[in-house]
Amino acid sequence: MSYPKQKFGVVVFPGSNCDHDAYYVLKSIFKQDTRFLWHKDSSLDGVDAVILPGGFSYGDYLRCGAIARFSPIMKEVTAFANDGGIVIGICNGFQVLCEAGLLPGALLRNECLTFICKFVDLRVENSETRFTSECKTGEVLHIPIAHGEGNYFADDDTLERLEKNGQILFRYCSPDGSITKESNPNGSSGNIAGIMNATGNVMGLMPHPERAADPLIGPIDGQKIFQSVIKSITKYEQANNYSIVERS
Amino acid sequence: MEPKVNLELALQHGLNEEEYANILTILGRVPTYTELGIFSVMWSEHCSYKNSISEIKKLPRSGPRLLVQAGEENAGLIDIGEGMAVAFKIESHNHPSAVEPYQGAATGVGGIMRDIFTMGARPIASLNSLRFGNIDNPRTKYLMKGIVKGIGDYGNSFGVPTIAGEIYFDDSYNENPIVNAMSVGIVKHSEIAKAIAKGVGNSVMIVGSATGRDGIHGATFASEEISEESEQKRPSVQVGDPFTEKLLLEATLEAIKTGYVIGIQDMGAAGITCSASEMSARGNSGMIINLNLVPVREEHMSSYEIMLSESQERMLLVIQPEHEDAIKSIFDKWELQCCRIGEVTNDGKIGIYYNTLQVADIPAYNLVLGGGAPVYYRESKKPEYIDELRKFDLNSLPEPNDYNDCLLRLLSSPNICSRRWVYMQYDRMVRTNTIINISGNAAVVRIKGSNKALAMKTDCNARYVYLNPYEGAKIAVAEAARNVVCVGAKPLAITNCLNFGNPYKPEIYWQFKETIRGISAACLALNTPVTGGNVSFYNENPDGAIFPTPVIGMIGEITDFRNYMSSDFKNNGDIVILLGKTTGHIGGSEYLKHIFNTTAGDAPHIDLAAEFRLQELVLELIGKDLLNSVHDLSEGGLAIALAESSIYACENNRSLGVKVLLPEDGRMDYSLFGEDQSRVLISANSNNLCKIKAIVDEYDIEFSIIGEVVTDQFSINNLINLKLAEIATLYNNTIEKNIIE
Repeated sequence: MSYPKQKFGVVVFPGSNCDHDAYYVLKSIFKQDTRFLWHKDSSLDGVDAVILPGGFSYGDYLRCGAIARFSPIMKEVTAFANDGGIVIGICNGFQVLCEAGLLPGALLRNECLTFICKFVDLRVENSETRFTSECKTGEVLHIPIAHGEGNYFADDDTLERLEKNGQILFRYCSPDGSITKESNPNGSSGNIAGIMNATGNVMGLMPHPERAADPLIGPIDGQKIFQSVIKSITKYEQANNYSIVERS
Repeated sequence: MEPKVNLELALQHGLNEEEYANILTILGRVPTYTELGIFSVMWSEHCSYKNSISEIKKLPRSGPRLLVQAGEENAGLIDIGEGMAVAFKIESHNHPSAVEPYQGAATGVGGIMRDIFTMGARPIASLNSLRFGNIDNPRTKYLMKGIVKGIGDYGNSFGVPTIAGEIYFDDSYNENPIVNAMSVGIVKHSEIAKAIAKGVGNSVMIVGSATGRDGIHGATFASEEISEESEQKRPSVQVGDPFTEKLLLEATLEAIKTGYVIGIQDMGAAGITCSASEMSARGNSGMIINLNLVPVREEHMSSYEIMLSESQERMLLVIQPEHEDAIKSIFDKWELQCCRIGEVTNDGKIGIYYNTLQVADIPAYNLVLGGGAPVYYRESKKPEYIDELRKFDLNSLPEPNDYNDCLLRLLSSPNICSRRWVYMQYDRMVRTNTIINISGNAAVVRIKGSNKALAMKTDCNARYVYLNPYEGAKIAVAEAARNVVCVGAKPLAITNCLNFGNPYKPEIYWQFKETIRGISAACLALNTPVTGGNVSFYNENPDGAIFPTPVIGMIGEITDFRNYMSSDFKNNGDIVILLGKTTGHIGGSEYLKHIFNTTAGDAPHIDLAAEFRLQELVLELIGKDLLNSVHDLSEGGLAIALAESSIYACENNRSLGVKVLLPEDGRMDYSLFGEDQSRVLISANSNNLCKIKAIVDEYDIEFSIIGEVVTDQFSINNLINLKLAEIATLYNNTIEKNIIE
């Protein structure tokens, strides 16, 4: 299968360590035009979507993502997001997005107090988004997590708002799709694993879709998320082009 | 005010009378305090291998694929074709981990990673071999939590997957745990860096972290027995910073790619002292270093402290002066320090200056292993316990009434049950090269941009080595190779970490010599030369020595990584076959230990020629795509291998077990739980049976069809009949239940 080419930028903070993984999936599996964006850069190089990858930005010795949000590139990322650009934060990237205020809530330490690396099941809560259009609502994806601080927390009002607006994208679930305490690996409120902002262009998730996208090493459910994003940019551009044609 | 240097002070530094006299001769004068410190760390067991080198030289250390001689560089290097090489090494961090488990283990990982990337290789995988005391001992729980977290936190943040290893528990490790860390990296032949100083006038640069007072005399501390005073040595333990190491990795590889780096060595044990003297000695050159130029993180550090500091995340580089700016700009980009602290000379001496005074002036050659460092030939004597333990009458043991109960107890033995609680704390997938869902046997990492993959594993059943060091050491190598073979990889070479007690005790030294003999025999028979490694002596505590623990780290190659093999049963109806001969050897077994609380008898003996044939056979069967699962037999014997292949199938959402029928002659507990070597459990589609049998016959390996893969059932004769869910739950949750309570 081939996909139309889009421009992706993967931000490299000092201490990012899943930057190459996101790059590899986009470049080698999906054949997208992909580049790294250095944390000190002050331009996004005209990309269509930005990925904040996993890792331990600045060592995460302070609160995760608390320093990375002050990186020069984050000013550009914030402006890009506020302008409707697609931004995806994976794991540490999700933490950075919360610290930067681009997504609500915070990621606390895992309830069990240890780092957890394992495959989990995720229920797709809303497939009518730019990040999940290739999934079905209620579908279960098998994707790994690897974090010490992925326990999503938000106050009740926020949780209610997220729920009402369909901003909750993924919940930890059992293999049959039921939301249970046993299937919640880190103590997240409402088993939340991934959310988007109110305008639907910024997503953060703790699981690593880029680790479940290469059939040569294992499961590939993560591909659906990248496929959704690539298609959504394409459609978005086509729609924009179309309107230009109409106007002229 | 520096203390006055005399024999007494030298003795306090761990040097002996003869060594001190030797120093006086070399220098022709009384050493300065700084010089005494330098000699004491360089001549410590840890750096000089003075009590082991005469034996280590007997190991087979050559082969067509070795790119550097063992000990020549910071790690072993083997050719894997397509212009690529694998750098790999294992190293101990036992002593620091015993007094400060978290930092001790973390810096063990950091240290071995630097050994790999200082050669220009990007680390692709991390392994670790751990030994703890009795799992019911509160100290074991404390050490295990700290050590596992230390390994996890460092590797996870550094961004290299921790993918394999092994853990054993035995009372002999109660006070003195074993923490051996192994790292594996890939480098292009054209980008291999050397640990050498040459070219008079070239700049000596220190890069990475600033130097502090941490880790002073770490190398000397690692060369003593653990005692009640060890707690006071806590300041000898270094503190790790994986974030800085990650930056150092990226900056170092970028610097090496410029082609400007003439020589580079990481700073581990004995810090600047070791790097400066080893690099100089290798290049037949010398160095002058001005310690005032070394970035320090504490005020008023003395020359002695700066030279002996083991602060982590530092490297020493030699480059031409005109390339200083280019190299500096790379380290600037990664926000790391990069300072010129001296230059290369041709007088063969390490000249150290501080506050305009010369504080050390020592010929580099005299300091290093292979040069002037002492070499001792120790006395050895067969320990009495060996013959005593062999007298044990194994037939005196009662045969179990309830085999179900027996298997369940073995499945929950800490030495057999799943290590899930441990490995879930390790990021095993970062960099997306780890093949997912290969349980048991070895781990497999593909190499992006090629069809190749590497398989890797560490192994050592130290109870066997304790009972019979020669056979036990042979088995450690053979089992590591067999594990790699079971995933479809051809064993290439080993690294080893030899953990022993006090070498001055003749009984300990006998264990050591026998072990070397055993490793040599196995490496020759299996064509897996020794590329390097590490010796850790003095693993003792007031109650005695640890089991002799020669950990073997094996690397294997899969030419087309899509042909890897896993150990879980795949299909209902597949035929289950046992390759290799079962005699029911129970001496030294986990069955004997766990069910009868007895460590006795002789270790199993291994026929290396048969082992090699078995391994070649398994590779041919996998290569011809005739098998659906392959699993090595080890602790717990056939019954445990059958249970594991079933449990792993369940983990992959296939509820598959076995129905096995074995001939009932002799004691069934010995046939089921005995630990005869050179055995592998395979499963295959019945249509392939004739082809498999024909190939097996060519190799002269015993072949028995013992049963078939079935749904939802686990049964052996009419002795064992268990529910899959029951055995899986028990197997998976035992460690967690024991550690967290």
